[in-house]
Amino acid sequence: MNSHNQCRTIALALTLVGAAMSTGSGSGWSPQRVAAAEQPQVIEIKAKKYEFSPSHITLKEGAPVVLRLSTEDRSHGFFVKPLGVDADIKPGQATNVAITPDATGEYAVICDHYCGLGHGNMKMTLTVVQ
Amino acid sequence: MRNPLDRRSFLRIAGTSLSIGALYSVFAPLAQGARGAILTRTLDELNGEAPGAFSFIQLSDTHVGFNGPPDPLGTRAFENAVATINRLKRRPELVIVTGDLTHDADSPDEHAKRYQRFKEIAGRIGGAQIKVVPGENDAALDGGAMFREFMGPTYYSFDHRGVHFVALDNVSSGKPAVGPAQLAWMKADLARFPTSAPIIVYTHRPLFDLKPEWEWFTSDGDQVLNALAAYENVTILYGHIHRENFHQRGTTNMYAARSLIFAFPDPETTAAKRPAPFDKDHPFQNLGLRRVTGEAGGGGELRIEDVELSMNEYSGTVGVDQILKHGKGDSVDE
Repeated sequence: MNSHNQCRTIALALTLVGAAMSTGSGSGWSPQRVAAAEQPQVIEIKAKKYEFSPSHITLKEGAPVVLRLSTEDRSHGFFVKPLGVDADIKPGQATNVAITPDATGEYAVICDHYCGLGHGNMKMTLTVVQ
Repeated sequence: MRNPLDRRSFLRIAGTSLSIGALYSVFAPLAQGARGAILTRTLDELNGEAPGAFSFIQLSDTHVGFNGPPDPLGTRAFENAVATINRLKRRPELVIVTGDLTHDADSPDEHAKRYQRFKEIAGRIGGAQIKVVPGENDAALDGGAMFREFMGPTYYSFDHRGVHFVALDNVSSGKPAVGPAQLAWMKADLARFPTSAPIIVYTHRPLFDLKPEWEWFTSDGDQVLNALAAYENVTILYGHIHRENFHQRGTTNMYAARSLIFAFPDPETTAAKRPAPFDKDHPFQNLGLRRVTGEAGGGGELRIEDVELSMNEYSGTVGVDQILKHGKGDSVDE
């Protein structure tokens, strides 16, 4: 898959939002005031040496989603070059990545924060379908 | 008769002798011949020091402490490369090792032993300065603390015979990045040089997006390359990918070296990043070093030759079987 083509065809609404938003408190963001159709799906992804769980997720094209990333053992990365996602995951705090994919395809996600001998095998896939 | 100092010729020759080929060993022929003498004087006037004829070797990814699979021979290829260097008729003045000197270890004590073992083997190289940068196996878990303890700073620069060398660390932050502080240091370091200065940068990871999903990239590599773009004679040497690769951006040439432990496949033709399997009939296949020589006279073509790693005492199936039979392929303290 050509990343340059992907970059051209994918226009992602990508933001990193704080842990406060993920809990719906302290930021003024109120789930109750948002129409149900606008609420993004939240997908929990846990990172630990040397795997992501789940190891595969499927997203729908055009549907906003929040990836809630967490770890307990040490810091990890969550890196998807074609989607412009480069997030750090640190113990004790959730990292939320909001995306609205608008191009189908299968994307490799890697941990890009070296975490030990099995680091090279720490990856998952993210599939976007219509 | 063509003017030997026209700009095209000047750049080609400077590029040939100072930023050439796969550069695992470089013989700069500038000082030889009448034309070379003129060019040498010109570079001397422009850059403050004339490039002299010298050679150096690049080694990479020795992974001391790794002990199969896929390579059960441990440090054999590294030791053999050292012996090969020592047999060269024209001895290198520098040996540059572009990271992953050691294989990561579960305990600091074990990792320290691997550093000691690396230094013991590299110390057998006669008459050459050893210059190193860290790989992620060396430095990513402790921020480079043990590397600094055993090997020195993780980034630095120096001059050798009119060539400016810059060592960059794109591993010890834990992520594939150089970082703003080091980038600012590099810009300041280079600011005193004219754009014609011959510059060789060496680092561990590629500074361009070679294969991001295999972590073959540096996140702020574009900033480094943009800073180097003002200079006309820049060569970048790196490792990490355990195979040869050439990439060019503008006038900057980038070369990856083979590993001394195992090879990775071609990402253009292979979906999975899996090491090439060990072949005991050809135990050093796709490993080792390559020598590039320039012909005398200053403007000659390059001659590139592979330096095969041989291991006569253990060559062939029977010999390798003997090694494997003894349990370990090397004497690494494991």
